[in-house]
Amino acid sequence: MKKVTKIVVLAKQVPDTRNVGKDAMTAEGTVNRAALAAIFNPEDLNALEMALQMKDRIEGASVEVLTMGPQRAADIIREAMFRGADGGYLLSGREFAGSDTLATSYALSCALRKINPDIIVAGRQAIDGDTAQVGPQVAEKLGLPQVTYAEELVAINDTEISIKRRLERGSEVVVSPLPALITVNSSAKECRPRNAKRVMKFKYALATSEMAVAEDKSKAFIEERPYLHIVEFAAADVNPDPEQLGLSGSPTKVKKIENVVFQAKEAKALTADDADINSLMVELIASHTLG
Amino acid sequence: MANFYLDNKDLQYHLSHPLMKRIIELKERNFADAKLYDYAPQDTEDALDSYRRVLDIVGEVCGEVIAANAESVDHEGPRVVNDHVEYASGTVKNIEALIEAGLGGMTLPRKYDGLNMPVTCFAMANEMVARADAGFENIWGLQDCAETINEFASEEIKMKFLPRVSAGETCAMDLTEPDAGSDLGAVMLKASWDEEAQTWRLNGCKRFITNGDGDISLVLARTEEGTKDARGLSMLIYDKRDGGVKVRRIENKLGIKGSPTCELVFNNAPATLVGDRKMGLIKYVMSLMNAARLGISAQSTGLCEAAYREALKYAQEREQFGKPIIKFAAVAEMLKNMEAKTLASRALLYETARFVDIYKQLNHISHDRSLEAEERQEMKFYNRLADGFTPLAKMFASEYANEVAYDSIQIHGGSGYMKDYACERLYRDARIMNIYEGTTQLQVVAAINHVTKGTYLEQIMRYEEEATSEATKPMFDKLVELRKTYESIVERVENMDKESAGYKDFHARRLVEIAGYIIMSHIMLRQAREVESDYLNPTKIFVKYAVKKIAEAVTYIEASEGSDVELFKA
Repeated sequence: MKKVTKIVVLAKQVPDTRNVGKDAMTAEGTVNRAALAAIFNPEDLNALEMALQMKDRIEGASVEVLTMGPQRAADIIREAMFRGADGGYLLSGREFAGSDTLATSYALSCALRKINPDIIVAGRQAIDGDTAQVGPQVAEKLGLPQVTYAEELVAINDTEISIKRRLERGSEVVVSPLPALITVNSSAKECRPRNAKRVMKFKYALATSEMAVAEDKSKAFIEERPYLHIVEFAAADVNPDPEQLGLSGSPTKVKKIENVVFQAKEAKALTADDADINSLMVELIASHTLG
Repeated sequence: MANFYLDNKDLQYHLSHPLMKRIIELKERNFADAKLYDYAPQDTEDALDSYRRVLDIVGEVCGEVIAANAESVDHEGPRVVNDHVEYASGTVKNIEALIEAGLGGMTLPRKYDGLNMPVTCFAMANEMVARADAGFENIWGLQDCAETINEFASEEIKMKFLPRVSAGETCAMDLTEPDAGSDLGAVMLKASWDEEAQTWRLNGCKRFITNGDGDISLVLARTEEGTKDARGLSMLIYDKRDGGVKVRRIENKLGIKGSPTCELVFNNAPATLVGDRKMGLIKYVMSLMNAARLGISAQSTGLCEAAYREALKYAQEREQFGKPIIKFAAVAEMLKNMEAKTLASRALLYETARFVDIYKQLNHISHDRSLEAEERQEMKFYNRLADGFTPLAKMFASEYANEVAYDSIQIHGGSGYMKDYACERLYRDARIMNIYEGTTQLQVVAAINHVTKGTYLEQIMRYEEEATSEATKPMFDKLVELRKTYESIVERVENMDKESAGYKDFHARRLVEIAGYIIMSHIMLRQAREVESDYLNPTKIFVKYAVKKIAEAVTYIEASEGSDVELFKA
């Protein structure tokens, strides 16, 4: 029986679309990344928490974060380390630019073959794309069972995992053999805060390409402390088929982007009598606005 | 994502004070810990960076967790279940979050798993926690007890208890009893030596004990049978794991309702002696109280911040006569004064905290090696300033907390009187701050000695040696003038006191306030010189207020006859 030792969280650095101002979109209709803070995708934080709970229950297990993105995406790996992750992998390079969900899940699955984790945990979806496709696609590519909409870790041992899933009209508990891939909902427990000692311990952690441009002093510092080194994979490190990466691996093509301004379509006058209010209630319940 | 550190520039400013460098030097002692602990800093800049990062975490936990739970905690409150305290559910979540964030033992050395941060940073954390929920600050702020254990207990006791505080266990200081409130010398809780079990045993009752069912309690008890005064009292540690103490009731208070104020019954509870017998009140509690007073200054400043922000937000949103009420001069003036008081309260708090840091840390070092003559001098210097400034900080901050909370309700108008807005909770919470850990009247008793001994005057003269800027010069000149007034009024009172005994006591609060206003104005002036864009206007506003308050006190004293002492006697 293989022991669970390696848990990997898939995470993404995203523009903070929750506080969108008037500069959020460029004139061309794409996201203006400069105007929005780059944050840890919220549901990936829920995923990190669930992974850390798994680690809490399995002696000797480690949690690492895998993210694909530019150099600055190393920020979220550090953030994860501050919150309890043991380390991380940054998958970075021009070859990955312009990836849609298919190319992304392909690139991630290549890296994951190399990392060879026992459990993969991911957020349900990212707040910039909202597709919820990457997690399931990675599972398919790796031939792993997947549990989606996970809300709570019920039980775990070396061979199987039991997860409560949040569904539209209730919840269910499913048991999956391991290894497996789990995608986690925002209704799951919020991620634990950054820990003071971990922040002080890991604040100087750098990915390989960051180290290359760092001062000699901090290079030497990190070389003495291997736990501060964030592993960085370039495309060639994960043995991909180049055709399936980036733009060439992305069948999704954006045809047109429209600015949509929401407008109220109709207005209705109601009197304050019981009959009118009653009919309004019935209408709102029927349209699921209430209840 | 609310973050009470990142949204508060003033707090960040205080962390960058030049004295922090010296504090770090003393706290880190050549950065020797860097070789032993992976979270210890390498140099001064590294240490400061770590402080910032840790305070950022505190700010986030305060903004996201503690503030969000404050209202439900206020409503739900703690209960007594099977002779023990059960916290409100929000309080339990707050404690969990702080444990996860690893914020226990903030000031404790690393060998006890602490973060080894200065008192100044701990006060900043206290302030943010209090801004989020003043009642919860009591539970969190009682980490102070660990600092007292660290200062006076044996290595064995420290090894047993301090890592537990670092892991998030809570503390209590069991001092007061039904007949021993401000007069702690009257404490009667009995400690007797159990020869068979080789332990002390506690019997009796304690009242008004904040977080009385905490994991680790410092207990003031009478070890010397037959004595009746302070000299028969010692300090002991009671460990909740050992059992023997029951919570008889939790007080039903006006405010800080989430903080359990307990009546405790000790029944043969085992306890460990801290330090020397008979030194309990004379030495250890005095040190504990000074730390606790600084804690209340921080709590009060946090409350000022919260009350001011609530009022500002409401005044910007509430419209009357076709415009937001902040556009009305009377409302705007109140807000500006609230802001100035909040800034002045914070300025005095961190000035005091820095003094405490330097002298406390030199004191710690003196336990490991003998100090150089220069260091001894330095310790004495800052000890005196810390002793003089602590009652001032406690008094002004706690009175301002009440004033700012009062005005916050006023700005909310009728809505402020309803239970719908946070300002009513802040008003209730503030009311205890100028009462507990020594009432304002008792702070005056401590502070008046420093009027007489000249501690305040000497420090004011040092402030006068600092450079001025063009923009602050007129205020600086005014303060020099006020210092001369202060000197002559103190002289007048001391002379009058010779003829009319009690005259100085009668005017003590007025004298202390005059000194305090000059001191706070000077610290604000320094800030206005350094960051004119942030501080010049609030400093102008504060100095105007100070001038008025000083004039009021001076006018009263100048018109006061020696016979006033009799006139006001009960």
